[in-house]
Amino acid sequence: MSSSKAPASGNDPVPNRIHARPVPRPGRLVAAVVVLVLAAMAANALVTNENFRWDVVWLYVRDVVVIRAVLWTLVLTFGSMVIAVVLAVTLAMMRRSDNPVMRWVSWAWIWFFRGTPIYTQLIFWGLLAVLYPRLSLGIPFGPEFFSFRTDDVLTAFWLALFGLAFNESAYLAEIMRAGLTSVDPGQAEAAKALGMKDGKIMRRVILPQAMRVIVPPTGNETISMLKTTSLVVAVPLTLELTYATSAMGNRQFLPIPFLVIAALWYLLITSILMVGQHYLERYYGRGFGTATGRRGKSKGTGPGGKQAAIAAAGTVKEDVNREVTP
Amino acid sequence: MSAVADPAAAPADAADMVSVRAVHKVFGHGHDAVHVLKGVDLDVARGEVTVILGPSGSGKSTLLRCINELEEITGGSVVVGGELMGYRKDAQGTLHRLHPKVVAKQRSRIGMVFQRFHLFPHMTALENIMEAPVQVRGMSKKAAKQRALELIERVGLSDRMEHYPAQLSGGQQQRVAIARALAMDPELMLFDEPTSALDPELVGEVLSVMQDLARSGMTMIVVTHEIGFAREVADHVVFMDDGVIVEAGPPSEVLDAPKEQRTQDFLAHVL
Repeated sequence: MSSSKAPASGNDPVPNRIHARPVPRPGRLVAAVVVLVLAAMAANALVTNENFRWDVVWLYVRDVVVIRAVLWTLVLTFGSMVIAVVLAVTLAMMRRSDNPVMRWVSWAWIWFFRGTPIYTQLIFWGLLAVLYPRLSLGIPFGPEFFSFRTDDVLTAFWLALFGLAFNESAYLAEIMRAGLTSVDPGQAEAAKALGMKDGKIMRRVILPQAMRVIVPPTGNETISMLKTTSLVVAVPLTLELTYATSAMGNRQFLPIPFLVIAALWYLLITSILMVGQHYLERYYGRGFGTATGRRGKSKGTGPGGKQAAIAAAGTVKEDVNREVTP
Repeated sequence: MSAVADPAAAPADAADMVSVRAVHKVFGHGHDAVHVLKGVDLDVARGEVTVILGPSGSGKSTLLRCINELEEITGGSVVVGGELMGYRKDAQGTLHRLHPKVVAKQRSRIGMVFQRFHLFPHMTALENIMEAPVQVRGMSKKAAKQRALELIERVGLSDRMEHYPAQLSGGQQQRVAIARALAMDPELMLFDEPTSALDPELVGEVLSVMQDLARSGMTMIVVTHEIGFAREVADHVVFMDDGVIVEAGPPSEVLDAPKEQRTQDFLAHVL
């Protein structure tokens, strides 16, 4: 059981450190060989097949038309997500409101936009000008204050942007609601006891803690939205990546390399988004578990340091230094 | 401590910090209704420490939560510092529920310490203490930090001020929670079983902070099972059972020579 060799150094705090042979793990080696062979086969299938036309891929992946389409896709993704987040926060708070009218409106919005396909919604928004050639603001059945031609103001871009945002807001609202519900009610109570008003309690105490739960699925939704923007052709808006590349592919009778180009761009953007999500999660995870943030970590040997080391080992699930887990 | 028929009619004794009159609290409605407080009268003079004892489910915590309006009372009145909590009474004697903003302001004068601390986990110890003075009182961050540093020293945790709650032991968290409540310069401090969630060896550090606070002249109402603390620190001990106050008086009477059978039974169990 104990070491067969003499201790490596004189100042080892563990006098009887165990130097046992590890359990043999042949499965790891087998798995590595199998995966390597499969990867080599896949690489071979991709590289040697001339139908992929990698020369065309390389030429057009940097094409100005493609880059412009990537930018439109990004504008649609982030624009609609920003609008959706604002709407979703409002909807989630309405769902929790004391006011039954607010609760009902929020419920109905989520019911409608989650209950119909996004493609159908986008076609509908595209047909808005057919349904209502003129839009006006006024008192129902009464006088009008002003009106405009639908086509003049609501261009395909705005319809696509809001179409995506409205649909997304319903999903995000449910994510936010789950996040707000996940915060210990004792937190709101403690803030209340300090004399904080409801708005402040939400902004300063509940939302920052809910973000820990909200950020991962919202990152997921953003990545999903990146791909959903390809549906705006239903409006129709034809500037984004999928439509632009497939149109180029059709013109040149080379659909495959242009599909590859679109896929590569989607992969690149998704990778960047994942990095951003990682840092967001770390920020909102401060004070929880091992992600202790800069300030706590600097204090070397306090309970935090010890706890962080134990938690990092991953073998203990509970906080050994705490009497009750909140 | 006679029951007063008309809520809020009894003029509070000038020296009284807290005056609870005929308070009833019912949770729920109809068949599910639970009558937790059944006419409670309690007076706490300025600078006094009152300890509330009683079996679980006797309504001690609910009474505490009614005093700072975390629970809306069903009947009776609560007056803190001469101010009727939660309501305004007009000339005709009709009660009007106060706007939540006004209730929040009333609460800000009363500190509360919870059994499970409820520190804000995303803020360091120091930020926890600074939060309410900055957000509620509108104090400058600099002044709030100065005050927070004094308070964290008072509870003996200057070397832990940059730590997040998850990095502190339970006893340390509870001391930070006391400092957080004190940062609002409360006239009254409520403690809801402040040591019940702690390991036995950590109870002492929290009790000694509370004892110092009592010595400094703070008006305190403490719900606890620490009989030793009650004996040593309390000016008054109140024994509650089944939603009513069974017995009240100085610790020498209630703890050492209880008149009521229920008090005797309870003390026999906990001592």
